[in-house]
Amino acid sequence: MSSIRLDIVTAERAVYSEDVEMVIAPGVQGQLGILPHHTPLMTTLQAGELRIKKGGQEVSLAISGGFLEVRPDKVVVLADSAERADEIDVARAEEAKRRAQERLSEKGQTGADESLAEASLRRSLVRLKVADMARRRRKRA
Amino acid sequence: MADIRAVRRRIKGVQNTAKITKAMEMVAASKMKRAQERGLAGRPYAEKIQQVIADLAALSGETGALHPLLQSRPATRTVLVHITPDRGLCGGLNANINRMAAGFILEQKVPVRLIAVGRKGLDFMRRHRRDILAEFTQLGDRPGFLETLPISRIIIDEYTSGKVDQVHLVYTRFISTMLQQPAIRQLLPVEPSSTPGVQNVDYIYEPDPGAVLNELLPRFVEMEVYHAILESIASEQSARMVAMRNATENAKELVSELTLLYNKARQESITTELLDIVGGAVALS
Repeated sequence: MSSIRLDIVTAERAVYSEDVEMVIAPGVQGQLGILPHHTPLMTTLQAGELRIKKGGQEVSLAISGGFLEVRPDKVVVLADSAERADEIDVARAEEAKRRAQERLSEKGQTGADESLAEASLRRSLVRLKVADMARRRRKRA
Repeated sequence: MADIRAVRRRIKGVQNTAKITKAMEMVAASKMKRAQERGLAGRPYAEKIQQVIADLAALSGETGALHPLLQSRPATRTVLVHITPDRGLCGGLNANINRMAAGFILEQKVPVRLIAVGRKGLDFMRRHRRDILAEFTQLGDRPGFLETLPISRIIIDEYTSGKVDQVHLVYTRFISTMLQQPAIRQLLPVEPSSTPGVQNVDYIYEPDPGAVLNELLPRFVEMEVYHAILESIASEQSARMVAMRNATENAKELVSELTLLYNKARQESITTELLDIVGGAVALS
């Protein structure tokens, strides 16, 4: 089966760099499946689950926005943050979600505070969802 | 006698200096470790986003600029973002970076304005009466991404509004603990990629070029500035640690030389006293 190089990097670290068979990414306009020999593409990503298919296995990552570039020779994901499903600390994500909700319910915030809280709420929700889906998949297998 | 006391005082003084430099060395060493990790961890992202942007710039060279930040204009005014530490005592690092920035400014045929990040560069440019557009000091040893955003904001605003046509970045590139190099790079306009084959590719943009570039290009500038600052901090702490280690070693060497001198002087004085006593005793008998 043909494969394509996938690089996922965040500002803090290089998360993933391997040859894969398929990438399914959360594009701003919906899920986006990329196979080798895809035409060059440049898109923004929204917070969501990024799935990678490789050798019959599936790896799942939680990302919180970023960019995706498909080049003739490789796929580059510039993520604002990215974690593998098995790295996600569910308790911490729950805690972050609770805190963000609390902050959002408080009155008299500036617009910037509010959008920061909203962003962190979105991030924690995505983390929880990805961790949950990965757990379910493991149970099925 | 007075001589011996002076030497003893000197030894004490040098020992105290050594204690201070040793402490600074250890502080810098612990900060260095974290700063290096942060600087190196950000490299893949910075390199990847550079590639992506360079491809886009190559494309827009053919099809016309797709975004104000990709627009290339004849250079009539330049901005230099001068990234330096706030503090000294880090070997030749400050002198090197300032020299490189000064060399660059003198080479330019167009007026250069400065965005000074860090007190050392700011002071240097003030002393030479340069045109300072903005100054950022006290970013600390571990600035967060958000704290560096105002710097990028100014760069983007100045460039988009056409007040400047070129933006360069001068910072200290971290190579290893022993080696840091001042580096100068053109940030805007983006230099097109020279990779063959990429130029003729038609990209699909989702949702559309404007929307993607509107997010991507500011992010690019922000990341570049942030990353340059992280590299500079890693360089600063490394240079300081090495400088302080050398200072401590020099002080120790000086102490051992002075101790030798002190002991010699002490023995000499004892010998002279003994001779006096023996001489006196002989004269009496």
